[in-house]
Amino acid sequence: METKELIWSIITLSEKELRRFMRIWVQTLVPPAVTTSLYFVIFGSLIGPRIGAMDGFDYIQFMIPGLIMLAVITAAYSNVVSSFYGVKFQRAVEELLISPMPNWAILFGYVVGGVARGVIIGVIVFLVSLVFYPSFEIANYGLTIFVLFLTSIMFSLMGFINAIYADSFDDIAVIPTFVLTPLIYLGGVFYSINILPDIWRNISLANPMLYVVNTFREGMLGSSDVSIPLALGMMIGFIILFTGICLYLLKKGIGIRQ
Amino acid sequence: MSEYALEINGLKKVYSNDVEALKGIDLKITKGDFFALLGPNGAGKSSTIGIISSITNKTEGNIKIFGYDIDDNFPKAKSFLGVVAQEINFSQFEKVEDIVITQAGFYGIPKDVAKERCKNLLEKLSLWDKRHDQARNLSGGQKRRLMIAKALVHEPKLLILDEPTAGVDIELRRDMWDFLSDINKKGTTIILTTHYLEEAEQHCNNIAIIDEGIIVEDTSMKELLSRLSIQSFVLDLDEELQDIPELPIFDLKSQDPKTLIATLTKDDDLNTLFNKLSDHGIKVKSMRNEQNRLEELFIRLVKEKDGN
Repeated sequence: METKELIWSIITLSEKELRRFMRIWVQTLVPPAVTTSLYFVIFGSLIGPRIGAMDGFDYIQFMIPGLIMLAVITAAYSNVVSSFYGVKFQRAVEELLISPMPNWAILFGYVVGGVARGVIIGVIVFLVSLVFYPSFEIANYGLTIFVLFLTSIMFSLMGFINAIYADSFDDIAVIPTFVLTPLIYLGGVFYSINILPDIWRNISLANPMLYVVNTFREGMLGSSDVSIPLALGMMIGFIILFTGICLYLLKKGIGIRQ
Repeated sequence: MSEYALEINGLKKVYSNDVEALKGIDLKITKGDFFALLGPNGAGKSSTIGIISSITNKTEGNIKIFGYDIDDNFPKAKSFLGVVAQEINFSQFEKVEDIVITQAGFYGIPKDVAKERCKNLLEKLSLWDKRHDQARNLSGGQKRRLMIAKALVHEPKLLILDEPTAGVDIELRRDMWDFLSDINKKGTTIILTTHYLEEAEQHCNNIAIIDEGIIVEDTSMKELLSRLSIQSFVLDLDEELQDIPELPIFDLKSQDPKTLIATLTKDDDLNTLFNKLSDHGIKVKSMRNEQNRLEELFIRLVKEKDGN
């Protein structure tokens, strides 16, 4: 394919992915706004004042970066896993396999879809949070946006790997429900690990979600429980690793070619 | 550029369950051909098409499309290829128009060009009125025509049709064949698999028969049909027949009192048969082949192979 054709093919796939989640916006964009509003009402406005300050911030203020990350991770992951498994299930993946698009371009198109949904959800949840905490100010815009994109890319790639191996709709629900959600909840969304006993604090440091949530919190609040260079390095490392795995699986045709 | 639209050399496929679907097939299809690839279920047709289309991994061998190897020059080789798969393979929730335009985009065709081509194809395939409908709301025949539109939107030079008329009613089937014959005349090479053997007989110039992963026949349709040593004709009679006359050369059987089945060898001529029947006072109102000739040969070739 010539460069112009290649660019157009990537734009087409990316557009298709955007069109997919925008078409079902009630399922894809509204639920995080509703769920987050409930979190803010219950944990922020009702229980939050009784908890008091966390790391020197109002509890609702402390929760905002974590809740945004929770929504972004879930959105980016579930967008790619359900979209790519959907095309596998409907055999529409053959449209891509028959076409001259290289594997990296196919992966790129799906990641664009995941990142777009992740970022849109991140903005929606942030806007919802402003309703409950209007005086919120972002400490470091550059880091916040950078981490938002890194996180969306990383979890889009993870969703793609999950979709490749998935053989049923159950398979695309197992990882988000039993792995991602518990790790995110235990990764510092609702609390600082500094309040934990040493043993639980050390165990928490092995949770990769902690680094994602805290790097984003550093961007939004200027406060973190982990080393930012280490966390960014980990995220970039995971992105390189997952990209390599995705391209290898596509080349071998695992889960998509007989 | 190669004189062949498709060259297959030593193609083998062994599935993970150790089923050997293709045992080293060789096939050459010339440019502009209308080619039939036939075989019983499980013979290896779909595996062959799957490998050409990159939806199945090959175990061994190589494939060239217009001289471009699908391993060494993947994008170029694929740009020549359009495939109408046997199973529906588009997103059922997308609109008809979006499916065709998106498919064009995967080949790097800009949206304005894709829109124009989509309009032409949907009009020719009687789907223009359905362009804003979700694909899941189309009938079986409409979905199949959408598959054809999708496969043609990038104007491929080689079109593979895997059971294209399955589930399509007679009138639309005729329109589809007219359309496909037209694009073949304009230069598109077509490879067809079908269970309607009369369609293959009617439209294809050359034929390969595959069985148990081996090409058992690869020749011209004319040559293959000329191998028929006997032919049977159904004769509709003017009046009911009491007794079947005994004719020295021809084998006659009664299907019912007003229908005879006459079996002729290659050397017999129909004039002699009609004269003899006339001598016995039998008038023939109409006549037709007892069954599809290709079907007869197909069954014989497959049986011969099984006998070996």
